Amino acid sequence: MAVIHEVASGMGGIRTAGDLVARVQMSKAMKIKEAKKYVAEKLGVSVIDLSDSYLMKELREELDIGHVQVRDRASYGIEAKFNISKVLDIKINSVENFKRKVKMI
Amino acid sequence: MSKFFTRMGDGSAVFLSEAEIRRDLEEGMLDAADRGKIPELTDDEMERLYQIITDPQKTVSIERGNEVVMTFDAGTLKLPVRAGLPVDRMTTVLTHERVLCSDTMEIGNADYSYKQLKNIVHEEAASMEFTQLNCIIPVFYGAMPNMGLYTKPDGPVDNWSELLPMAKIGEARAAQEEAIEMAVKDMVYIASILYEAGADGINFDTVGASGDGDFLATLKAIEILKSKYPDMAIEVGMAGEFVLGMHGQLEYDGTRLAGLYPHEQVKVVEKAGGTIFGAVINTNSSKSLPWNLARAVTFSKACSEASNIPVHVNAGMGVGGIPLTNTSPTDATSRVSKSLIEIGKADGL
Repeated sequence: MAVIHEVASGMGGIRTAGDLVARVQMSKAMKIKEAKKYVAEKLGVSVIDLSDSYLMKELREELDIGHVQVRDRASYGIEAKFNISKVLDIKINSVENFKRKVKMI
Repeated sequence: MSKFFTRMGDGSAVFLSEAEIRRDLEEGMLDAADRGKIPELTDDEMERLYQIITDPQKTVSIERGNEVVMTFDAGTLKLPVRAGLPVDRMTTVLTHERVLCSDTMEIGNADYSYKQLKNIVHEEAASMEFTQLNCIIPVFYGAMPNMGLYTKPDGPVDNWSELLPMAKIGEARAAQEEAIEMAVKDMVYIASILYEAGADGINFDTVGASGDGDFLATLKAIEILKSKYPDMAIEVGMAGEFVLGMHGQLEYDGTRLAGLYPHEQVKVVEKAGGTIFGAVINTNSSKSLPWNLARAVTFSKACSEASNIPVHVNAGMGVGGIPLTNTSPTDATSRVSKSLIEIGKADGL
């Protein structure tokens, strides 16, 4: 079921900018159009580009915010979320927890 | 006269003529408009629905630029529990992230009710912490309010479903009022610990399954959680399109909860502090896909237009126009997906 919805109408998670738009919806309670516009502005791309897996792969690797393919020296997991938090200018709960645990704050 | 292949609400195949499809679309749409006292779809929207239903392609999709994001209920139950894959929940989340490319995921326990989690909440929190270290996508923690679990013999409160047939209305209402306070306490306790463990959000799923008391308990829990954690994302996924009045007199901030439809439910969720609303529209398995889809889209559009928060219409088996079967045909699922977003104005599924 999830696969069909994803094929028919999904953004594509970390292949594209789906996780980023979802984060903005969650942190700012934004409707889809506003959330996509917010993310597009932060990334410096158009709204259409957010669902383009070719373009977003390049951009995600450049911003080091994680991608489906695990590359050596590329950020992964919580590391990528530190960078997402900065790029999108939003608080991420697990990132704040991590900072507290390692006495960064 | 040529006939078009489509589905019944139980997923079985059926061939309908143009006239039959148009009739079912009209009747489904009017049923929603009548029950919900909401606007009918426009002629253009009805024509678009007809085109989507009769599209010769097996799988249809939205137009480029209309993509939305997905959230899940019973997230980590789908692979290890329902599909029987021998994987843990963190692997499930990472599979969704890196293989299925889901936008979000949810961790939940097999016994998917807040009340049942009290003895294992710290183990659940540890799972969330480990997962958050390794995943990139937002991860909710989710479970159901399931207020019925507070009744005897599973809980301490008299069972209102037994009291009501005996015409003990006052006693049934008192029992629900007692259970509401217990449910609020448990939901706040569990959600607080999981949020402090790093959850990106809390999902209250199948809200209202025990009626208006179940809904009120959730709204009260949201209020408390948002005052404790203003940044907490809270998704509220409903149990059905209509709030059952098991109590009948319960109100939230002056609004009687019994009888609310999605476009009214979302307003009280928004007022309580909810972040995402999961609208539910029931599928009638003995009606056709055109009937169910037109009905779901009519409710979805009214709900989304009434809402200031994102609406993720529930589109799993038996809801949102999806046929009531565990293996919904891809032709039906993709038509529902496209219609709910492009005509029903959903912000996600």
